[in-house]
Amino acid sequence: MSRIATCFATLAAQGRKALIPFVTAGDPVPSVTVPLMHAMVEAGVDVIELGMPFSDPMADGPVIQLACERSLAGGTTLMRVLEMVSEFRRDNDMTPVVLMGYLNPVEAMGYEVFAERAAKAGVDGVLLVDLPPEEAESVAPLFDQHGLDRVFLLAPTTTEARMQIIAAAGTGYLYYVSLKGVTGSGALNVDEVAAKVETIRKHAKLPIGVGFGIKDAASARAISRVADGVVVGSALVQRIADHADEPEKIPARVSQLLAEMRAAMDESE
Amino acid sequence: MAERPDYAAFPDARGHFGAYGGRFVSETLMAALSELEETYLKLRDDPVFRADFDQDMADYVGRPSPLYLAERWSDKIGGARIWLKREDLNHTGSHKVNNTIGQALLAKHMGKPRVIAETGAGQHGVATATVAARLGLKCQVYMGAEDVERQKLNVFRMRLLGAEVIPVTSGSATLKDAMNEAMRDWVTNVDDTFYIIGTVAGPHPYPMLVRDFHRIIGLEAREQFMSRHDGRLPDALIACVGGGSNAIGLFHPFLNDDGVAMYGVEAGGDGIETGRHAAPLAAGRPGVLHGNRTYLMEDQDGQIIPTHSVSAGLDYPGVGPEHAWLKDMGRVQYVSVTDKEVLVAFHELTRTEGIMPALETAHAVAYAGKLAKTMSRDQHIIINLSGRGDKDIHTVAAMEGPKHAS
Repeated sequence: MSRIATCFATLAAQGRKALIPFVTAGDPVPSVTVPLMHAMVEAGVDVIELGMPFSDPMADGPVIQLACERSLAGGTTLMRVLEMVSEFRRDNDMTPVVLMGYLNPVEAMGYEVFAERAAKAGVDGVLLVDLPPEEAESVAPLFDQHGLDRVFLLAPTTTEARMQIIAAAGTGYLYYVSLKGVTGSGALNVDEVAAKVETIRKHAKLPIGVGFGIKDAASARAISRVADGVVVGSALVQRIADHADEPEKIPARVSQLLAEMRAAMDESE
Repeated sequence: MAERPDYAAFPDARGHFGAYGGRFVSETLMAALSELEETYLKLRDDPVFRADFDQDMADYVGRPSPLYLAERWSDKIGGARIWLKREDLNHTGSHKVNNTIGQALLAKHMGKPRVIAETGAGQHGVATATVAARLGLKCQVYMGAEDVERQKLNVFRMRLLGAEVIPVTSGSATLKDAMNEAMRDWVTNVDDTFYIIGTVAGPHPYPMLVRDFHRIIGLEAREQFMSRHDGRLPDALIACVGGGSNAIGLFHPFLNDDGVAMYGVEAGGDGIETGRHAAPLAAGRPGVLHGNRTYLMEDQDGQIIPTHSVSAGLDYPGVGPEHAWLKDMGRVQYVSVTDKEVLVAFHELTRTEGIMPALETAHAVAYAGKLAKTMSRDQHIIINLSGRGDKDIHTVAAMEGPKHAS
């Protein structure tokens, strides 16, 4: 079983939900990322989504745009991101790592080379924001061949017909984007999310993570009651931005918020 | 030799031109793009929709635009006869209005009360603000902060027309960043908003439908030229290429005519060898940006790199996917001219014909001057004179300094 499947199966057996942080690799400097990943695991996260920086992050709000700019200014390349995962794997063989980002840097490296290097580095899954299943047909077999899960997005605008296509194309888990908008925007409507997740479950057996709009312990707790995983990104990245001048404080500051979320999610009713 | 494809049959059903095009967007926009595609495919052949479009082209835009023989300029060059397809005489001063009218009609059919657009030189923004005013649609235009500065006149025009111009400061603060922001707006307001993309790029079906609305340029030019030359076709077509909407509009109806040579002129900026240019077809490589696969200006890690051109409208790191395909097929030759050559051509056309071209358009004019010299007097070139130059007089004055001062 893959690390991602094992992770969700273990959590399900315990009656717990996955806490899934997103941070941009190399933000604000490359040396922060691996210590930050270990600190987040200490704080109780289950899967790490690691952002591959891109110059034109079209689906992201200002918080993650700026994270990409800081990361690129610090010299982080896709090759460097893969090295960070290798380094993390020296001390952690259990926590799944999913690379998340845009297609072009992966296309520039070459899909085959990327899949091989990512698998070798210890990456478990890949989520490419601007690669819907319809355009992923030639990429999917390469990812399969190297044991990389293909994580796809679902959105409030996704029709039931498309849910079936996406459920068939995805592996590992599905990521439901809780609102129309870019990352870091808008207010969460938990009832709407709950209804949509129920609809998705009719078409998909994979675990469902929910992201966008989860900012604090209360929203993490609320979403953990309706989904299999809680994805938190901009709220963490904002903390990184707040401490960009003193990066040594970043692992502790980010972990603090994650620990609060973890505790709230694990509270019994 | 491989058999020539039927160029009119592309894109395929999934929006691909060979290896290019497609629909590379986040999931939230997939449903909206499918809806747009369905609506367009249904209305494209609908007689009422066609009649509405044709009537607007005639009564509001002022079509057909003339095909004018630049006799004095041709004589001065001493080679091929050069004809100008006068898109600069359209309402709002450029070809852009053909497309904004088409897309605004789609928006109306789809019941969307709000339109958004990205703009570089401001010509597409003005054309969008114009149709929005006419149809009573709310309109917001995203424009790179640098372009807001260098195209002040068009910013003022848009505001007078009731549009809100939103300066974009992220990234390089030019056209690509304006497009990023427009995409972010659309993903947020997809229920009530129609995104009027200004060029033949973006996710399917945009490259197809924007091209179709601009085909009228080539269809008219073909008819106008042939009726004056006993059914003979021109020898060469020339148009500037940023995203490539005016070029594809002129070229497309001639693509299956083997004897017609075509030249797309990219922005050479300070010169291709300097790296300071906006010529992805000349010096870029295939990648994925803004919803389609095409040639891009990018570094070895796949990050988009800054572009440079004297003309804001060509200052873009990508190009329409159909052009990428036509380049690979060898059907269209893509060339470039430098900022310096563009300024010379701007003055030359202004002084010999009394026609002041936009700086974007002046790229095509500059290349035509070079090409015409190599051709004989019984050969004919058609340039798409895609826009007028009033908006650029401050840029020209600033570049050339005190000689315009008194």
